[in-house]
Amino acid sequence: MADRRLSVSLRQRTPIPLNVEFTCDPGQILAVFGPSGSGKTTILRSIAGLYCPEHAYIRSGVEIWTETSTRTFAPPHRRTVGVVFQEYALFPHLTARGNVMTALGHRPARERATRADQLLDLVHLSTHHDRRPQQLSGGERQRVAVARALAREPAVLLLDEPFAAVDRTVRRRLQDEIDELRRTLEIPLVLVTHDFDDVVRLATHLLILDRGNAVASGALADLTSRPDLSWLRDAVGLGSVFEARVVRRNPERGLLELAFDGGTLLASDRVLNAGATVRVRIAARDVILATSEPRGLSLHNVLAGRVSALNADPAFEHIIVQINLGGVHLLAEVTRDAIARLDLVGGKQLYALIKSVSINVIPEFRMPPDQGPGPRTKN
Amino acid sequence: MDWDALRVSLWLGAGTIAVLLPCGIWFGRLLAIRQFRGKSLVEALVTVPLVLPPTVLGFYLLVAFGARSPLGQAFQTLVGQSLPFSFQGLMLASAIANIPFVVQPIQRGFEAIPSDVRDAAACCGLTPWQRFLRIEVPLAWPGILTAAILTFAHTLGEFGVVLMVGGNLPGQTRTLSVAIYDRMQAFDDRSAGIMAATLLVIAVATLMLTTTLSRQVSPRRG
Repeated sequence: MADRRLSVSLRQRTPIPLNVEFTCDPGQILAVFGPSGSGKTTILRSIAGLYCPEHAYIRSGVEIWTETSTRTFAPPHRRTVGVVFQEYALFPHLTARGNVMTALGHRPARERATRADQLLDLVHLSTHHDRRPQQLSGGERQRVAVARALAREPAVLLLDEPFAAVDRTVRRRLQDEIDELRRTLEIPLVLVTHDFDDVVRLATHLLILDRGNAVASGALADLTSRPDLSWLRDAVGLGSVFEARVVRRNPERGLLELAFDGGTLLASDRVLNAGATVRVRIAARDVILATSEPRGLSLHNVLAGRVSALNADPAFEHIIVQINLGGVHLLAEVTRDAIARLDLVGGKQLYALIKSVSINVIPEFRMPPDQGPGPRTKN
Repeated sequence: MDWDALRVSLWLGAGTIAVLLPCGIWFGRLLAIRQFRGKSLVEALVTVPLVLPPTVLGFYLLVAFGARSPLGQAFQTLVGQSLPFSFQGLMLASAIANIPFVVQPIQRGFEAIPSDVRDAAACCGLTPWQRFLRIEVPLAWPGILTAAILTFAHTLGEFGVVLMVGGNLPGQTRTLSVAIYDRMQAFDDRSAGIMAATLLVIAVATLMLTTTLSRQVSPRRG
């Protein structure tokens, strides 16, 4: 795995301050998350070779792309990198096929058209090969941009706010397609976004960026269950994200039974197959704490655990409690008064109470059966 | 009808395009994509031939081309011929007078290409030359075409600079517009009329060609 890892270290003060260091392994999606102007796009441009910060070290597998200390800098056309630009940046004078063929320069000329068609089919755009970008919808343009990025057989795939220009429903579908790609490509994916929905749905790892500084980075489940990320708390509200498995549906009761490392969860019913893996996000504000097991409640989820951390930052009105439920960490946001009344301290045993409707279930993408086996773009 | 003058005019138009267009593409593109100190001054200087009276421009060009100037001397040594009152001198003068007509539309043409599109071309593995030929030129094509046609039309009509720098040598520097003036001075209204009509026909044909070509180009731009 390490031989295809992307390693990035960037430092500069002006004009855009940057201080980040991260790695991304094949099969991972690293979401670079932060507000507009935090330097997210600059990070992507640096990886692509469109920008060179003052101090930079960028390595893809065994190839060093940028190393300012030795004045090594590979121009963008020598880096095997696929980029999906924010506004897609398709070539307006070329058809969808022509756009993809432009990135197939490494292939023999006679293979290019066939290969371009294959890639467009792969992104579910089989009927529009001869259309120009202006004849395509936003979602279709994004697909062409993805096909073009994949055409280079990239060692790294970079996505710059890839869903910003499409509406909500198209966005879901495209997110699923990107997730599908992650599973099949086995290359590092770096996704820049200012929308936490993208992070929750797609990212395996997260880098939080604030004015060019990496506030925190790590695996998604670890980062979302940290009680001390005040920046994240301000931006999107805290809430842990973890994986669970569908045990069974119970449509009569309107419930979906999920198993996770800390026990069983009952969520609102939705159409999912037993055995499917899902992501679960539970907002810290939706978790209620109790020191003894309550009875006669309308809610379904009463989970036993221990307080594993507390964040009583005086800058905030409320206190964030991290609860360990069999290895999975849950966050709860409670008042100072509640902490005092319940006498919550580290290690204390308690119960986390969660309404089934507060459990946000995010299905992981599964290819529809008629689409055949997962595509492989790497030969 | 002065066929020699027509020939000189057409050659001058074509020659000016041939000399000026490559330089104009290089320079217009540079102004479009690079940011540098003093850029607005350079842009102003490029526009100067547009606002300067042609006789003033012609005067300075004549001084610059003269045997006492370094440029005039260099040309004399290299080619063995003086620049003023020669076709080569006329073409050089015409090229300079047409700089704004070439640089500005080309600059606008390249400016219209989003920087993301240029970046995307690089990330598709295209070398700088491939990017230029396969992405930038086709996208800036309307601007380049406009530049070529403006230059051609303007060269045919140029009078002041031609007379100042080229003089009125038949078959060498006497263009159609100068010949019209010449004929009028000699009270040869008939010849002047024929030649004026010729220029009118060429002008209309040029405009029609522009419209046709831009119609072919525009669906690709969308």
